[in-house]
Amino acid sequence: MNKQASASRYACPRPGMRWLPVWQRNFLVWRKLAIPSVLGNLADPLIYMLGLGYGLGGLLPQVSGVSYVSFLAAGTVVASTMNAATFEALYSAFSRMHMQKTWDAILNTPLSLDHVMTGELVWAASKSMLSGLAILGIIALLGLTHSLLALWVIPVIFLTGITFSALGLIVCALAPSYDFFMYYFTLFITPTMLVSGVFFPTDQLPSVVHGIANWLPLSHAVQLARPLVFGEMPQNAIAHVAVLLGVATVAFYIATVLTRRRLLK
Amino acid sequence: MTIANTADALSVTGLRKSYDGNEVLAGIDFSVPPGTCFGLLGPNGAGKTTTLRCCLGLTAPDAGTISLGGHAVPADAGVARERVGVVPQFDNLDPDFTVSENLMVYGRYFAIKDDEIRARIPGLLDFAGLKGKEKARIQTLSGGMKRRLTLARALVNDPDIVFLDEPTTGLDPQARHLIWDRLKHLTAHGKTLILTTHFMDEAERLCDRLIILDHGHRVTEGHPRELIAEHIEPQVVEVFGEDVASWARSRNSLGERLEIAGETAFFYCRDAAPLLAALAGEASLRYLHRAASLEDVFIKLTGRELRD
Repeated sequence: MNKQASASRYACPRPGMRWLPVWQRNFLVWRKLAIPSVLGNLADPLIYMLGLGYGLGGLLPQVSGVSYVSFLAAGTVVASTMNAATFEALYSAFSRMHMQKTWDAILNTPLSLDHVMTGELVWAASKSMLSGLAILGIIALLGLTHSLLALWVIPVIFLTGITFSALGLIVCALAPSYDFFMYYFTLFITPTMLVSGVFFPTDQLPSVVHGIANWLPLSHAVQLARPLVFGEMPQNAIAHVAVLLGVATVAFYIATVLTRRRLLK
Repeated sequence: MTIANTADALSVTGLRKSYDGNEVLAGIDFSVPPGTCFGLLGPNGAGKTTTLRCCLGLTAPDAGTISLGGHAVPADAGVARERVGVVPQFDNLDPDFTVSENLMVYGRYFAIKDDEIRARIPGLLDFAGLKGKEKARIQTLSGGMKRRLTLARALVNDPDIVFLDEPTTGLDPQARHLIWDRLKHLTAHGKTLILTTHFMDEAERLCDRLIILDHGHRVTEGHPRELIAEHIEPQVVEVFGEDVASWARSRNSLGERLEIAGETAFFYCRDAAPLLAALAGEASLRYLHRAASLEDVFIKLTGRELRD
């Protein structure tokens, strides 16, 4: 590869605003399949939240000063966002990139791969937001939150969605086939779910695991979302936001470079 | 953004590209005047697709310059593609959308307003022979219809230049003739076409000029009829039969050139009459007497052996 080509491969993504038609395309497909999609995104986390929350919660005293279902619900908001963003950036984006060659079709138009990647990033985050918002709505319906501060969970959901979409797009760029995604779920997403304070406070964990958990983006999202649901300002809010933004930015850059390597060779 | 009439629609000089030390393009030059059809021919692996990708700015060349519609590629490829349409080799229509949704969504990538696209759709479908199919789902279309829809999609931005990568591969003769007719219509209306194909009759019919690539090199370039006149004797007699090889070798002098491939002997002649007279007495041999074609040129210049 000559200098010029390698410079353009590692250049910072320049999304502009022309990513919007890519987002719009995905939205139009989603609108056609909205009902099964919403069911899938919502039913699963809801069943976990209510089943564990009331079932297991009934056996437990208060956790961190609140009922277990409240504790779990606040974590589920961002955990379900993570899952929805990950599914979209892995399976759906991979279908469009690799199986349907939708991205190839778009790259023959004035749009660049940067536009495609940004459109996919924002789309996956938007779709995951629905998941997070639905859980937040149910929390409000069940009377598990009483504070207007809980509205600040909405930007936290979006930021969580962007972060896990960006991470997912890295995996998408590397995947030879759908089977590859199992590794990411088994080795990263599932452990992340378990140690980031969604189901139980992280100080229950051995200190080594606790240390690792502190590096995981989901635990920062949980530490932002849970206090807000309970009407408190999160501690170190700026630091948590900075970590999520930092991971999202770096991950999106890596995903873009890897996808350029894959598609623009 | 208009193209000056004097400028070439596409000009390529010294194009080079290697993958992992394998030279795929070893310095290709060509230029395409506006309003003409230019053919890019060659066996599999000759470098056609890489050339197209470079011209569209999807692959950065190792060396060489490309000007597409007056814009430098890859530097200004996005701007250049505003005035370009592409019919890719493999179908990539959106399976989740209807026919008109495919055109609508694709038009948006060119920043064309929805109303404007909506106004263009009937004309595009008419052109592609898909009238009344607006609401049809992609899965319900035949291969020929999909191909025509892909052509209509490539025209949604009313491009000056259209790239067609094997536009008729996999189509039946009827569908292929329809596509040819549509492509002729486009050049008649001033569009520039850049076409790759494995069908020599297609190239012969459609191309004003063509280039034959092999192993990343330009083997020859010219108008199809000129190339035939330059490289091949005007008449070809193909003789088939079990013992054709020894029969043909012993009558080598009846043609200017003789080639034997399997159970077929190809005599390339200026005057076929003596050979035809000799064949008249051979009951066990069948033959075909025809004019020399672009396929003869192609085979002569790139050889008969199979490519990957």
